[in-house]
Amino acid sequence: MGLLYGLIAVGLALIFGLMDVTNFAHGEFLMIAMYLSFFLFAFFAIDPLLSAPLVAAAMFVFGAVVYLLIVRFAMRAKANAGMVQIFTTFGLAILMRGLAQFFFTPDYRSIPQSWVGGKTISIGGIFLPEPQLIGALVSIAAFAGLYFFIHRTDFGRALEATREDPGAVALVGIDKNRVFAFGWGLGAALVGLAGAIMAVFFYIYPDVGASFALIAYVTVALGGFGSVFGAFAGGIIVGLVEATTALLLPPSLKSVGIYAVYLLVVFIRPRGLFGSM
Amino acid sequence: MDKTFAARRRRDLIIAAVLAGLAALAPLFIKDVYVQNILILTLMYAALSQSWNILSGYCGQISLGHALYFGIGAYTTELLFTKFGVLPWFGMLAGGVIAAIIAMGLGYPFFRLRGHYFVIATIVIAEIGLLLFQNWEWAGAAMGITIPVRGDSWLKFQFMRSKLPYFYFALVLCSLAWFVTWWLEDSKWGFWWRAVKDNPEAAESLGVVVFNSKMGAAAVSAFLVAIGGAFYAQFLAYIDPESVMGFQFSLLMALPAVLGGIGTLWGPVLGAAILIPMTELTRSYIGGSGRGVDLIVYGALIVAISLALPQGLVSLFSRTKAKGATR
Repeated sequence: MGLLYGLIAVGLALIFGLMDVTNFAHGEFLMIAMYLSFFLFAFFAIDPLLSAPLVAAAMFVFGAVVYLLIVRFAMRAKANAGMVQIFTTFGLAILMRGLAQFFFTPDYRSIPQSWVGGKTISIGGIFLPEPQLIGALVSIAAFAGLYFFIHRTDFGRALEATREDPGAVALVGIDKNRVFAFGWGLGAALVGLAGAIMAVFFYIYPDVGASFALIAYVTVALGGFGSVFGAFAGGIIVGLVEATTALLLPPSLKSVGIYAVYLLVVFIRPRGLFGSM
Repeated sequence: MDKTFAARRRRDLIIAAVLAGLAALAPLFIKDVYVQNILILTLMYAALSQSWNILSGYCGQISLGHALYFGIGAYTTELLFTKFGVLPWFGMLAGGVIAAIIAMGLGYPFFRLRGHYFVIATIVIAEIGLLLFQNWEWAGAAMGITIPVRGDSWLKFQFMRSKLPYFYFALVLCSLAWFVTWWLEDSKWGFWWRAVKDNPEAAESLGVVVFNSKMGAAAVSAFLVAIGGAFYAQFLAYIDPESVMGFQFSLLMALPAVLGGIGTLWGPVLGAAILIPMTELTRSYIGGSGRGVDLIVYGALIVAISLALPQGLVSLFSRTKAKGATR
C-alpha cells in the first residue's frame, strides 16, 4: 500500500515539490484518471492495465492544458501568490467534482473483472494481492524514471532552473511556460498511471480523490519538497505507518498515525526527511 | 502620512458603525426566514474570516486548520451544556479560552515551520482532531450531539420561534471581530505582525519578538473562531464532527478573506457579503438536481475571482483611490 501512496504522490512531488506550485486538485486528477480507465473498460473492454498508457497520455494532455489555461495565470499573481494558487486549484477541484457528478452521476462504480483483480500471488509463502503488487512495481518504475528524468536530462535541469529563477532562464532561451506545461503534463500522466491501477480495486466516485489527496500532500512533505527520492521514501513510510496503526488502533483511526508521524518528522526536521527547500 | 492614516482609520470606523446600524435595521424589512438565514450565515462567515485573517492575513501564517478551533468552540459549549448543564454563554467563553490555549500550545512547535510545511501541518492537526472526535464515544462519536430544546430564552441562548436573536448575535460577533482587527491594526501588535509577514529575519533583528507575536495572533484568532463555533452549534442545535471540524470549514473560513482581500480590514466582510449569499443561492436554486451544477458554478466562480483579482475585491477600491491621489 505504501508504494501505491508513493505512486499517487510521485505526480504531486513533481508539481508541488519540484515546481513549487500548490495543486489542490491533485486528488481530482486521480479521480478523472480512474473514470477514464473505467470508461475504457466499460465501453471498449480494455483492461485497465492495458489502458494505463492511454490514460497516462490523456492525462498528460489534460495536465498541460490545465496549466496553460489556468495555472499559468495563477502563477502570475504578484501579491500573495501562494493563496491565489491554493484557491485557484481548490476552485478547480470543486469544479471537477461538480462536472464528474454531472456527467458520471454520484454512483459508486467499479471494474468487476480484470486480469488481476482479486487474484493473489504467493511469493515464498507470503500472499500478495496482484493489483497491489503491480501497483508497487509501476510505482518503483515511475520513481526511477522521474529521478532519472530530473537529474540526468536537460529537461530536468531546465525545470529546476525555471523554478529557481524564471527571469534568468528566459535569458538563456528557455520558455518557462513550455517547461512548466510539460512538467504539469508529466505530473498528471503519473497520477494517470496511479488512477488506472487504483481503478482495478477501488470504487470510483466523484469524491474519491479527496481521501487520497491529503495523504499525497503529507507524503510529499514528509519526504521533503524538491526531492524525488524523498517522496518515494515518504510513500513507503506512510504505508508502513498506516499498516502499524491499523494493528494498534481501530480502523477509523488509521490515518492518525500517518499525520502524527508527519508532525513528528517536521518538528525534528522542518524541511522533511530529504527536502532541499 | 500620519494624518491621512489617522483620517482613514476614523473614516473606516464611521463606515463600520453606519453599516452595522443599517444591518441592525435590516430585519425590520426582511421578514423572510430564508433570507434571514442567509444573512446570519453571511455575518457568521464574515466574523470567522475576519478572525482567520488576523493570523493568516496580517501575520502571514497561512492556516488551513482553523476548523479545529471552530469545532472546539462548538464541542466545548455543547458538551458543557448537555453533560453538565452549564449555560452556553459560559461554555462559549470556555471554548474560546481552550481554543486559544490549544492554539498557543500548537504554535510552540508549529511556528518553527515555514511555507508549505506549516500549511500542511495545520491541515493535518485539524484532521487529527476530526478523527479523534469521530471516535470519542462520550462526545457522541460520529453521530454528534443533538442539543435538547429547553424553550426560547436568552439565558440558554436558544430560540426556536424566531431567528432574529441569532441574527443580532451574529451581527455583534462580526462587529466585534471587525473592531478587534481595526484596533489591532494600529497597535504595536499590528505593526509587528506586518513586519513578521514581510520579512521575519529583518523584524527579529529590529527587536520584534517574532515568536511571541505569532503566538499572540494565533490566540486571538483561535479565540474568536471558537466563539463563532459555539454560536453555530447553538444556531443549528445539532453538531457532528464532520459538520463543525471538516476540512471544508477551514477553507470556507479562508475563502471570504482571500476573495475580499487577504490581510486587509474590509476584505473578509466584503468577501463574505458576496460569497455566502452566492453559495446559498446557487445551492438552493440549482443544487436541487443533485447533479452537482451548483458545484460547477461555485468552483468556476472561485477560479475566476482568484485569477481576475489576486489581491481581492478590496483592490478595486484602492486602485481607484490611488489613481485619484496621484491626480
